[in-house]
Amino acid sequence: MAAGSSTDYIKHHLTNLVYGQHPDGTWGLAHSAQEAAEMGFWSFNVDSLGWSIALGALFLGLFSLAAKKATTGVPGGFQNFVEICVEFIDETVSDTFHGKNPMVAPLALTIFCWVFLMNFMDLIPVDFLPELFKLFGIHYMKVVPSTDPNVTLGMSFSVFFLIIFYSIKVKGIGGFSGELALHPFSAEYPVAQALLIPFNLFLEILNLVTKPISLGLRLFGNMYAGEMIFILIALLPFWIQWSLSVPWAIFHILVISLQAFIFMVLTVVYLDMAHETDH
Amino acid sequence: MNINATILGQAISFAIFVWFCVKFVWPPVITAMRERQDKIAGGLQDAEKAEKDVLIAQDKAEETLREAKQQAAELIEQANKRSSQLIEEAKGQAREEGERLKTAAKSEIEQEVNRAKEGLRTQVSVLAIAGAEKILQASIDENAHSKMLEQLAAEL
Repeated sequence: MAAGSSTDYIKHHLTNLVYGQHPDGTWGLAHSAQEAAEMGFWSFNVDSLGWSIALGALFLGLFSLAAKKATTGVPGGFQNFVEICVEFIDETVSDTFHGKNPMVAPLALTIFCWVFLMNFMDLIPVDFLPELFKLFGIHYMKVVPSTDPNVTLGMSFSVFFLIIFYSIKVKGIGGFSGELALHPFSAEYPVAQALLIPFNLFLEILNLVTKPISLGLRLFGNMYAGEMIFILIALLPFWIQWSLSVPWAIFHILVISLQAFIFMVLTVVYLDMAHETDH
Repeated sequence: MNINATILGQAISFAIFVWFCVKFVWPPVITAMRERQDKIAGGLQDAEKAEKDVLIAQDKAEETLREAKQQAAELIEQANKRSSQLIEEAKGQAREEGERLKTAAKSEIEQEVNRAKEGLRTQVSVLAIAGAEKILQASIDENAHSKMLEQLAAEL
């Protein structure tokens, strides 16, 4: 493969299918990365959103099917699988989260399964789905939603919103802002304390804002790097690809589960910190 | 790879999915699991209790068996005693009966003997008279001598 065409190949694989407003005012799909960039904020990555919603719906569909048929008697094979997932999440959450909030465990389950499924798309051969969609005339198709920072940051900022919400709900506005302002540096004299407040605010707000950004970018970075390596392997001659893609795929099984797990655990830890009152 | 409204779409779908999971997926599964846990715990407890019950029942059965055996032994002993008693009784009765029969036979024999003696006596007296008649060739006054003859007969 010539150098130019491999650059095009990589670029093509990293371009989303974007729907938005063209400069001439009409709405439609972008036909190139540049066109997509010109659409500005009010455009949608149709492929990322579509795949992520489809996978989320798949997860919830299967699990709610099992939940509907859930029996206290001898569970069937699929119910067993669902129960293993639920049990695993329940244990992890009860180990990490010490407050009382019935929403946290299902939230963790949703994050874990959904992120896992989105990451799992990485294991489908890189050219398979894009070529399939090309047959239907769709020229850009990025199938791994978690390689799109919009998706990972969208989730991590939702988590951030929950952190703020529960911090205020549990500690009150006064308690929460006190935590931001009077920590980590505190002094006995009011004047010294007042002088320390800006430093504290700076550190704590930075600390707070770093959480969602690092949470989202960690997942994005890992999946993006993995996907990039798959794309690079796909540039090799077809008869040698398996020697690299198979080991990398096997290793990647570990990465995708680990990243899903990390995203879930960190969410639970952040929410636990938000529920902590004695600080 | 631009940040665009996808981030909002993802956040909204995230919120909807979490809401759905909280509402419809998590509670039934976790409830079923907890209930099964309780059920299994109850079952294990029942099994333990049943095991204890079986032990008690076994003890009871053994005791009953022992009692029955004892009773049977007692009954056999009693029966043995009774049977030997019966045998003894029967023996006694037989002996008595034998004794009675013997005495009856004896008295009958005596009677027979007496009767035969009587018969003989009468016949002897007749024979004696006839003999005497023949010897004397003369008629003897029966009346005069009958007393003497009777005396003779009685001496026989």
